[in-house]
Amino acid sequence: MSSIYIDESLILHNLTPGNKEEVLRSMAQNLHEKGYVKSSFIDAVAEREEQYATGLPTNGPSVAIPHTDKEHVNQKALSLAILNQPVEFGVMGDAELTTSVEIVFMLAMDSEHSQLSILQKLMGIFQNEQELYYFLNEKDNTKLMNRMKELLKGDE
Amino acid sequence: MKKRILVACGTGIATSTVVNDAIESMCKENNINAEVIQCKISDIPSYKDTTDLLVTTTIVKEDYPFPIVNARAFLTGIGLEDTKQEILDELQKNR
Repeated sequence: MSSIYIDESLILHNLTPGNKEEVLRSMAQNLHEKGYVKSSFIDAVAEREEQYATGLPTNGPSVAIPHTDKEHVNQKALSLAILNQPVEFGVMGDAELTTSVEIVFMLAMDSEHSQLSILQKLMGIFQNEQELYYFLNEKDNTKLMNRMKELLKGDE
Repeated sequence: MKKRILVACGTGIATSTVVNDAIESMCKENNINAEVIQCKISDIPSYKDTTDLLVTTTIVKEDYPFPIVNARAFLTGIGLEDTKQEILDELQKNR
């Protein structure tokens, strides 16, 4: 199985978003421009976030894992946005809570059940606040990309 | 008796996969005879009468006859032991 694609152009630092929809659309638009997702992904990922929030409070900076159905995806890829200003996302599984998200991990998934190892590794990152602070504070995209690849590589 | 556990997220792609795996391991460790089914929220009604527990990462608005446990702790690690205990308690109740 091929591993999930990530490159420096999918790590975004300088978004100047006012709200989560702008963050999601900027990230999705970038994935579309690079050919990883169809144009329909952009609306789909924004709409899904409204319906099923993906914000996750952690012991460090809060994260979000927006994603949507596989039919909008050309090739599986991961995009990161590190937000200068935290943006409020709904908390997953809770109708009322929101959380101030600082790192967004947008997942473009191309199959339903084969992503387990990648997802488990991401969850491992979310449970390690030092790792999250590394992503939040490191400005060098090459280092960030290499760190991410290192964390995600393995037994797929 | 064999228990049936549904694991659901909005699209059935990302979060439920992780939770599904964690619950299967948990049942094995605790010798619970359970069938774990990963499904979409929209599929839940078709399992309505044959399910013992729903574990989900999303909001469920409908009323169901089985207990519902929020699975966010499996993703963040925060409160994970409490969530696992809640699931075990539900599965060990006699119905």
